[in-house]
Amino acid sequence: MPTVFVSTELANLIEPILLRHRARPDRLVQILREVQEVADFISDETAAWLAERLRISYAQVKSTRDFYAFFYRENRGRYRILFSDNITDRMAGNQALFEHMLKRLRLEPGKVSDDGLVSVDYTSCTGMCDQGPAILVNNRTITRMTPRRVDEICDLVRGKVPLSQWPAEFFVVEDNIHRADMLLGTPHEPGKAVHAAIARGRDGMLGEMKLSNLRGRGGAGFTTAVKWDACRNANGDTRYIVCNADEGEPGTFKDRVLLQSYAGRVFEGMAIAAYVVGASQGFLYLRGEYLYLLPQLEAYLAGMRSAGLLGRSIGGVAGFDFDIEIHLGAGAYVCGEETALIESLEGKAGRPRVRPPFPVTSGYMGQPTVVNNVETLSKVTEIAIHGGAWYEAIGTKQSTGTKILSVSGDCERPGLYEYAFGVRIAQVLEDCGAQEAIAVQISGASGVCLSEREFGRRIAFEDVPTAGSFMIFGKQRDMFEVARNFSHFFAHESCGFCTPCRVGTSLLKNIMDKIADGRGTQYEMNELLRLQQVLKPGSHCGLGQTAGNAVADTVQKFRPAYERRLAETDFVPAFDLDAALARARELTGRDDAAAHLGEEA
Amino acid sequence: MNAPLTPRKLRVATASLSGCFGCHMSFLDIDERLLELAALVDFDRSPITDIKHCSQRCDVALVEGGVCNAENVHVLRELRANSKMVVALGACAVNGGLPAQRNHLDVGQCLQQVYRTPDGSTAIPNDPELPLLLDKVYPINEIVRVDYFLPGCPPSGDTIWKFMTDLLTGRTPRIEHPLLKFD
Ligand SMILES: Cc1cc2nc3c(=O)[nH]c(=O)nc-3n(C[C@H](O)[C@H](O)[C@H](O)COP(=O)(O)O)c2cc1C
Ligand code: SF4
Ligand code: SF4
Repeated sequence: MPTVFVSTELANLIEPILLRHRARPDRLVQILREVQEVADFISDETAAWLAERLRISYAQVKSTRDFYAFFYRENRGRYRILFSDNITDRMAGNQALFEHMLKRLRLEPGKVSDDGLVSVDYTSCTGMCDQGPAILVNNRTITRMTPRRVDEICDLVRGKVPLSQWPAEFFVVEDNIHRADMLLGTPHEPGKAVHAAIARGRDGMLGEMKLSNLRGRGGAGFTTAVKWDACRNANGDTRYIVCNADEGEPGTFKDRVLLQSYAGRVFEGMAIAAYVVGASQGFLYLRGEYLYLLPQLEAYLAGMRSAGLLGRSIGGVAGFDFDIEIHLGAGAYVCGEETALIESLEGKAGRPRVRPPFPVTSGYMGQPTVVNNVETLSKVTEIAIHGGAWYEAIGTKQSTGTKILSVSGDCERPGLYEYAFGVRIAQVLEDCGAQEAIAVQISGASGVCLSEREFGRRIAFEDVPTAGSFMIFGKQRDMFEVARNFSHFFAHESCGFCTPCRVGTSLLKNIMDKIADGRGTQYEMNELLRLQQVLKPGSHCGLGQTAGNAVADTVQKFRPAYERRLAETDFVPAFDLDAALARARELTGRDDAAAHLGEEA
Repeated sequence: MNAPLTPRKLRVATASLSGCFGCHMSFLDIDERLLELAALVDFDRSPITDIKHCSQRCDVALVEGGVCNAENVHVLRELRANSKMVVALGACAVNGGLPAQRNHLDVGQCLQQVYRTPDGSTAIPNDPELPLLLDKVYPINEIVRVDYFLPGCPPSGDTIWKFMTDLLTGRTPRIEHPLLKFD
């Protein structure tokens, strides 16, 4: 263990943070986030000091710090710039901008400048796919990057201008709502939904939820009323409502818009859930990439408190006490998985738990917990106001209501499109102005890749289910590169808990890179599909189970994109064997024939 | 193991690359079944026969050890070129195993440390007879195409026997529990 020492200056910065969190170890993730904000990074010494102050082991602090991509052990600069690296950012030219910035700042990727001022690196999708390429500077979002904007940012960094003084237009995040239906197109009357729910009573509201047949919008499509009912009936002292705003699935950004412009509905949906199941505490787990939303969300919550929509005896109902607290994530896609999310809320590394028990019986702090997606919760307000029967009439039999799609990629009008369930892919493509699409990736990197022949299929749990991501690829795109980008995403995001996923995602990535290098053969093609057979049944959580989907889909539907890269031999190593002898040649001073290796035997 | 055995003899090559010979010892550990096996296979290039190069095309090459130097590459390539089937025998061949522990070190630093003389200078030999080290120790499937993997350090004699008898009887080799249980 390192020495427990921090400077007085640093201690003075950290003490108020500890005080605010009452030095509670279960707040560790939030504490680390705030410490990093004031200290730029969390050194081993700082970690050891925090461990002592929180009365937990150093290993606990260290393992939590090291788990999250946005926590740094070493100085990464006062300006930490991360380029969003989703395939949509790539298609918008992020790599050239990245190179340009490195050159201007004379930096190596991921390495801090000699003066300790700045570092530039890549990060997973930041949820700005309709207005990319996007970057994060100290976790603050900047959209619509151009070479000019790169230059401006380099000047600001070199001039050491504080982030708070950068031009406001950098930080503009647009909603881009292009098709509004019942959720996005209806004005919000604060309090109306909560009061409507109260008027229906706890049982009455649950009854309406059952009638509505509302299903979760976070991916799995579980029936919301069943979840709530199970939580309500579970044994426990305290019940919790968690809103999952981790939105890490590449290509998804609808929750960001809901929180930016429809927060009232999300929070009222949480309050209604609390009313029905008897919960007293709520959490919004907001992905770290959406830090910019925090002040306005806090302000919104304060407003709800003064309006009597949060706090004690909400709506004058004795015993309806409920409040909401916001926790921030720190750059881990897996924390969108509900049990990993709960671990993170408890201040730990976000590794998925073994299920069962499910969160409804044993969730946050081992207590009954409802975890619902942002969109699911906002739909609850519609059911409270209009009733379940009305709601059930919209959409298809098994997929009631509307669904918001986050449309990005090759189309004229990327943004949000809300449709009644059952809409055909071709209809969406027409509405957003996608002229020559060859493929659509539905539901993100973990979802399904549809080719032109399947554009007649429908968005619905019965046919093509989706968490909302809708990435379009035009005829100029190379679907191999799309799948390769996703394979990198999963290798980076695997939490490492189970071997099939930890090793499998890396092997998948390596093979995709090998094929990209022109060193792949039929052998690698077989290996890709074999790995999928290991990942799917062998992985502990949904991340590993779906990590091979995009590769398997594109191998099946876009095989020529792979085959034109294959070498026509039996096998080629992934690397240059002769180059692998170079270091030993240098040290021995040898250059004889035996000190070299040719390509073939 | 009383499965019907085919009359045609299988031609088998074996080699130890960057390994400890433990996998070969384990092969010998099939004990008296060696006699049964000897009636069914011919050994070609192998430390068992001391034949230095493949004399003809083989059916199976059993390869122990990872690939740590230029000579390992040549041996492995010869086996691949002369065998219908290459089998990675044991953890070193499958993953790099124990020798791959050096992979997180720079090979140059390794050489400097190992050939340090008492007076503190280094004398790294430059004899062409000595195979030159690769930057890392590689599993054999990163150098050539591999058909089967037998994990274990070493795979037990029973595992090797099961594998060989599956081949001899024309079955797809299949190693299952408890032969794949290592703790
Ligand atoms: C790797 C992984 C990532 C996930 N990410 C999210 C996410 O970002 N947002 C979300 O709402 N659900 C996500 N989920 C699904 C959640 O586990 C959970 O099913 C969902 O939040 C339940 O809410 P719902 O019933 O309202 O859909 C993810 C699941 C997995 C396996
Ligand atoms: S499948 Fe991957 S992300 Fe999920 S628990 Fe296993 S290693 Fe972690
Ligand atoms: S796998 Fe084990 S027994 Fe076989 S060569 Fe390697 S170290 Fe030796």
